[in-house]
Amino acid sequence: MARLLPEPTPETRHFWEGCRDGELRLQRCTDCTHSYFPPRAFCPKCGSRDVEIYAASGKATLYSYVINHRPRPDMGTEPHSIAVVELAEGPRMMTNIVGCPQTPEALILDMPVQVRFDKQTDDISLPLFEPAKG
Amino acid sequence: MQPKSVAVVGAAETTRLGKIPDVSVIGLHADAALNAMKDAGLKPSDIDGVATAGISPVELAHYLGITPTYADGTSVGGCSFMLHVRHAAAAINAGLCKTVLITHGESGRSRVGAGGFGRAPSSLMGQFEMPYGVTSPPTMFTIPVLRYMKTHGVTEEDLATVAVIQREWAARNPRASFKDPITVDDVLNSPMIAWPFRMLMCCLVTDGGGALILTSAERAKDFPQKPVYILGTGESVETPMVSQMEDFNSSKAFRVSGKKAFDEAGIQHADVDHLMIYDAFAHLPLYGLEDLGFVKPGEAKDFIRERNTAIGGKLPMNTNGGGLSYMHSGMYGMYALQESVRQMRGTAAAQVEGAKISVSHGVGGMFAASGTVIFTNEK
Repeated sequence: MARLLPEPTPETRHFWEGCRDGELRLQRCTDCTHSYFPPRAFCPKCGSRDVEIYAASGKATLYSYVINHRPRPDMGTEPHSIAVVELAEGPRMMTNIVGCPQTPEALILDMPVQVRFDKQTDDISLPLFEPAKG
Repeated sequence: MQPKSVAVVGAAETTRLGKIPDVSVIGLHADAALNAMKDAGLKPSDIDGVATAGISPVELAHYLGITPTYADGTSVGGCSFMLHVRHAAAAINAGLCKTVLITHGESGRSRVGAGGFGRAPSSLMGQFEMPYGVTSPPTMFTIPVLRYMKTHGVTEEDLATVAVIQREWAARNPRASFKDPITVDDVLNSPMIAWPFRMLMCCLVTDGGGALILTSAERAKDFPQKPVYILGTGESVETPMVSQMEDFNSSKAFRVSGKKAFDEAGIQHADVDHLMIYDAFAHLPLYGLEDLGFVKPGEAKDFIRERNTAIGGKLPMNTNGGGLSYMHSGMYGMYALQESVRQMRGTAAAQVEGAKISVSHGVGGMFAASGTVIFTNEK
């Protein structure tokens, strides 16, 4: 069963094009410097429309998660993490932590993680995170 | 809102709760509405305001044969009914209508005439949460909890204790779905749903409904039931995406809604005799106790373990057994309100003797929205 995938809108297309091209793109306000996610055409902190897109570092820490023991049919049959990471630039986003056992012992809050783009189709790659190397 | 200017004069749940495969969603709304009208001694033609969530107020009004001058379709999840009470009180005070019917009905278990739980793949949730495997509330509402547990040293046993104490209340309630006593070990040995959440830390999924009828305090004295006055109300919303909650240790919507209600009521926490905190999952009473200000951040686990919210405690909470043991159709807020009204009327199955002030606090979505209603039986 094919995985449920996002359908980009005009306001979010840069983000998904970035993931396709191997870059995690965030936005920040050029008036108040606030970095934010999810994408939108204005700053949610001050309301300014003067915002810019930039490439984030892809570095983050594990903020919180669950391990879903009843996976959705398109997510396979094994328990898997559904996590929220805090990006080095400030915003948080939902993701899956991959590249490590899906257990409480391996998934430690505040551990450093880094983005890895998981190609799903020619247009969509999902930003997943794995334990940071080194 | 002017405190005590509006009162509940009709309140009832559906004739049956639990598994009701022979009644559709709108049929559950109607059953609850007819029971509440009977309770208040009213006919559909006496109602001039309607409010509901899940279905549209247009469907409700037409189905019951009501021609309203006020219709509220606020639909922000399970606390929508708290917001309906708040809006109805304002509408009655402003002269938009005189008598408002608020209904809930949901075929949560049997799914008769019920819609699905999908999200458009182009919505923000569809783009930035659904691709990672979230299913229904058990994999979304629970996501902040590990952070909360780390911040305050909360254990799985603490979460289990919430469910155990609520089962004790449910045992006193003949209409509760689950009445048999459980232990912390029973909870911790129940099937894993989404770590750290086990089945007995998650709400039931059942069928049912409820309805309330509100009118001005001035008119309320002419109704058959003892009036239950609205003392204060609050509401707020935060985010449709749990991943974007500002603080995983606390709900902003809870804090804003609760403070608004307490300020409006002009009461202190020590004045509260009875409390309902919407418990779709075992962590919600912990967040609620802290965000409403009954205890300081991190203190709720000990407050519950020390049995302050249990039978005989100083702050009886979720006295119907809650969403964890009484019933949970999907939008549970109506049942919290019903229990508050019963406690204020003095007719609850597990009645808190002499209770004069009851707080009913609801959540909508996954910490998306909140509504708070404070009731009193003293004019």
